[in-house]
Amino acid sequence: MIEPKKKVGPFVVDENTGEFEKPAVVEKTAPKPDVAKPAAAEQFKKPSRIASLAKRRGWSGKAVKPSTAAEGGEDDRPQQSIVPHASVASTALTLVVAIMTFLASLTLGAVTLVNDSARGWTSDVSREVTVQIAPAEGRDLAADILSAQTIAGAMVGIVSVKVMDDAQVSELLAPWLGAGLDPALGGVADALPIPAMIMLGIDLSNPPDLDTLRVRLETEIPTATLDDHRAWVGRLATMAGSMIAIGIVIFLLVVAATVLIVVFATRGAMAGNAHVIEVLHFVGAEPPYIAGQFQKHFLLLGLRGAVVGGVAAIISFIVMGYWTGTSVADPAAEQVRALFGTFSVGPAGYLGVAILIFAVALLTAFTSRYTVMRHVGGLDGTVRSRD
Amino acid sequence: MIRFDEVGVRYGAGEEVLRDLNFTIGKGSFQFLTGPSGAGKTSLLRLLFASMKPTRGKVELFGQDSAMLDRESLPALRRRIGIVFQDFRLLEHLTLYENVALPLRVRGVEEVRYRRDVIDLLKWVGLSARIHARPSVLSGGEQQRAAVARALIDQPELLLADEPTGNLDPTLARRLLRLFIELNRSGTSVVIATHDLALMDQVNARRMVLNHGRLAIHD
Repeated sequence: MIEPKKKVGPFVVDENTGEFEKPAVVEKTAPKPDVAKPAAAEQFKKPSRIASLAKRRGWSGKAVKPSTAAEGGEDDRPQQSIVPHASVASTALTLVVAIMTFLASLTLGAVTLVNDSARGWTSDVSREVTVQIAPAEGRDLAADILSAQTIAGAMVGIVSVKVMDDAQVSELLAPWLGAGLDPALGGVADALPIPAMIMLGIDLSNPPDLDTLRVRLETEIPTATLDDHRAWVGRLATMAGSMIAIGIVIFLLVVAATVLIVVFATRGAMAGNAHVIEVLHFVGAEPPYIAGQFQKHFLLLGLRGAVVGGVAAIISFIVMGYWTGTSVADPAAEQVRALFGTFSVGPAGYLGVAILIFAVALLTAFTSRYTVMRHVGGLDGTVRSRD
Repeated sequence: MIRFDEVGVRYGAGEEVLRDLNFTIGKGSFQFLTGPSGAGKTSLLRLLFASMKPTRGKVELFGQDSAMLDRESLPALRRRIGIVFQDFRLLEHLTLYENVALPLRVRGVEEVRYRRDVIDLLKWVGLSARIHARPSVLSGGEQQRAAVARALIDQPELLLADEPTGNLDPTLARRLLRLFIELNRSGTSVVIATHDLALMDQVNARRMVLNHGRLAIHD
């Protein structure tokens, strides 16, 4: 059955095709009386203009009132966001933000680990000094060792005195002289003039006067020498400082690259939304409103990417920490452990990652806002011609 | 309502593209703006929409000098003007309902207050069955009617249409013209920029003809 044509508005509209029926007369328009436009709030309290028009023309329109979804059978669907959500550019931007945040977080964590490790090396070396007593013709080595223990033990600032036994000395010299030195194992240590080694533990908060100790030892025991590792400590401190400085420079470079890439990626994603900005501008949206819509969207986008990147970096540290902690016999793990310690980033590292995440997200949001405001400003001053 | 007084527009250091424009657009008036390509129709429409300022002369929009308007007051002014583009400029990710409601939504009007108006307006332009459709599935005529509905939802005093029938066949173009006439009868001033002489011949209305930047008015 063919549906009858339905009268809607001033035109007769065929509901099947949506076509209008041509009106009978086309006439010149006449000026209309000047009717004051109602205030913005009022026009939504009174019946709409179209309904008023319908009433004047006598068709079966009704006076309107704000309606609920229950009236008229319309869906109560939630409205879409003004800013398109899913797009290739948005996904790409999220990935870029995630990757750069991951790299920056890794660099930050590595710098904190190296810093902590370097401080550890320096304090380890500074925590001990060594007394070496060489065997000599006509001297009782055992008595000299006892004498050195007494002198060192009486010094303020020395917290421990430990004489290395033959096995420990053999292990110490094994990289140079081989593994067969231990006399208990039938080795030939007795045949070599290996000096006795006494390890003195230092109280770093109240260190001893090593010069005085040196003089006393060398006076009482002419074959004794005191090694305070000063040269090695100096070299380690220089190396550690250099590594930390390099790490900071690398971190700053990564941060700079992150800023540039996030800014350009955001502007690229915004370029695909230029038409949305223009339409909002032409329908009378305030520039701060347009900027706010995009800022909110890109803040969430940036936050999502940054959280993924930051969490991935933290997980990487946890995995590396587990690997270095469990792979005790693995030479590679041992070298990594020597450089980075136990991969325990610490509160400073986690705080740094959290700050990075929020900084990147805010950067994305403000870049989008700035881009919108510039674009709208350009529209207001645009003098392009389409003719 | 709109008054141009010795208006000229120049881009950079070149010649004026619009010169010595003197005309008024009264309330409830209907006019065509025509001329060859490059004559300056779009520039003139931009002056009417306050997205451009004249390099000389005075443009009065609703009693205000457009050159003295600050950026904060432009959105409020633009809400009194509806604009329809040749390429429709509907947002593809929004439904027709959402596109038509956009001018009210960006002003912060609650949806419950405008829902009925939007639906009635879509019915008025013959798109009641397409309320939840997206522009990509609509024909050119349907998209243009939706664009007209969006331009009208805020009840503008002036409607500007830049080549509104440029992407439509003659039949649809005539139908759209009927819509504009009906709008004008309900009190909206209408300015249609067009090349389409056949369209203009259907209505006995004022013609503003641009040629080499100068305007001739034929009532």
